[in-house]
Amino acid sequence: MAPEPEQRISRPPAPDGLLLPNLFQVESRRRETPDTFTLTLTPAENGGRWPFAPGQFNMLTAFGIGEVPISISGDPARPQTLIHTIRSVGAATRTLCGLRRGDTLGVRGPFGTAWPVAAAEGHDLVIVAGGLGLAPVRPAIYHALAHRAAYGNVEIVYGARTPGDILYYHELEGWRGRFDVRVHVTVDSAAADWRGRVGVVTKVMSQARFDPAHTTALVCGPGVMMRFTVQELMSRGVSADDIFVSMERNMQCGMGLCGHCQLGPVFVCKDGPVFPYSRIRDWFEMREV
Amino acid sequence: MENLEALLAAHQFFKGMTPQHLAAVAACGRWEQFTAGDFLCRETEEAQDFFVILSGSVSVEIFSFRRGPLTTGTVEEGEVLGWLWLDKPFHWHLDARARQVTRVVALKVKDLMQRCEADHDLGYELMKRYALHLAVQFRITKLQLVDMYGT
Repeated sequence: MAPEPEQRISRPPAPDGLLLPNLFQVESRRRETPDTFTLTLTPAENGGRWPFAPGQFNMLTAFGIGEVPISISGDPARPQTLIHTIRSVGAATRTLCGLRRGDTLGVRGPFGTAWPVAAAEGHDLVIVAGGLGLAPVRPAIYHALAHRAAYGNVEIVYGARTPGDILYYHELEGWRGRFDVRVHVTVDSAAADWRGRVGVVTKVMSQARFDPAHTTALVCGPGVMMRFTVQELMSRGVSADDIFVSMERNMQCGMGLCGHCQLGPVFVCKDGPVFPYSRIRDWFEMREV
Repeated sequence: MENLEALLAAHQFFKGMTPQHLAAVAACGRWEQFTAGDFLCRETEEAQDFFVILSGSVSVEIFSFRRGPLTTGTVEEGEVLGWLWLDKPFHWHLDARARQVTRVVALKVKDLMQRCEADHDLGYELMKRYALHLAVQFRITKLQLVDMYGT
């Protein structure tokens, strides 16, 4: 039986910014890797701001093509511009990656939960990212570096397939040049002229220095990489409550209404994408979902 | 230069080994330094040494006639190199080249094997470490084969 009209409208109405795309313009476009681009966006109307928390995502609309969830990869202290790093893998992302300065796109958001950067204060911070997974954690890195004294050791571990696939190459070099953060970069394979490490992320993690009892770990990357990274962190004594993972699912409405991103009892768009591993662990390793 | 026993005792691979066993292992070793570009070993050469990396960095390479040398892994301070020396015909299957000044203890595998045969306690201690090393290598290799960053 169909629910009564009163029941159907029992949810509080969502703010317009979450339901209707806001118009943004491309201020700049930068090629990161052969198939990945970073767009810097500004509101089409002057003076707009787009406050967000590290780890949140927006729904980006390529008009006439489709809408896709993309993590915000900019600095949360600079909400005047929105930065998104997008890999061209389908019709909508291909269109977004092809936008040029001055082109218009739609933005809904910000959606989802954030990396626990405030709760992690006083702890060592271990940030492990693989491939495009560096984009969703970059706002957390910006925050940690801007509030460096609030944390113990800050260790950034990043893995990519090859040197040509490394995201934010020069920024990683810049972070590595600081004296108060350790950056470990590795690739799975390389030609002989590559001077950096070759090996998987989990191997390089052995170089990271942290006190397991007082560590918060932020993990983002492909599923296989996250699974083995979590195992490695736990084998070194980090509690499942202190490991946070960013999940990727088929987000569509962004508000937990449509159910497309349901993962067991949670909606990734609304309850995530950032989860403490202890909350998601049963579903994280379940193959059927 | 410090004595080999002290260098080995400080190395992750030999952590927890008794002084007697360390002395036996050190008796098979020599200290060596490689400069950038030097080969520690080359494919098809006889595998005479097991390398304990004290400092520096070594690339493990497979040579492709079409693509040149391909780096499949790097071995750094605190690690070991030469995990097929137990297997006949005792030939290297890969090239290993220093990427910077690299200091090692090179252990003569024939001497090491003889000592392990003569003292099974030593053999067991070495094989325990070796088995763990192999397990880690297999895990790493499997992850590399998966191409986990593939779209």
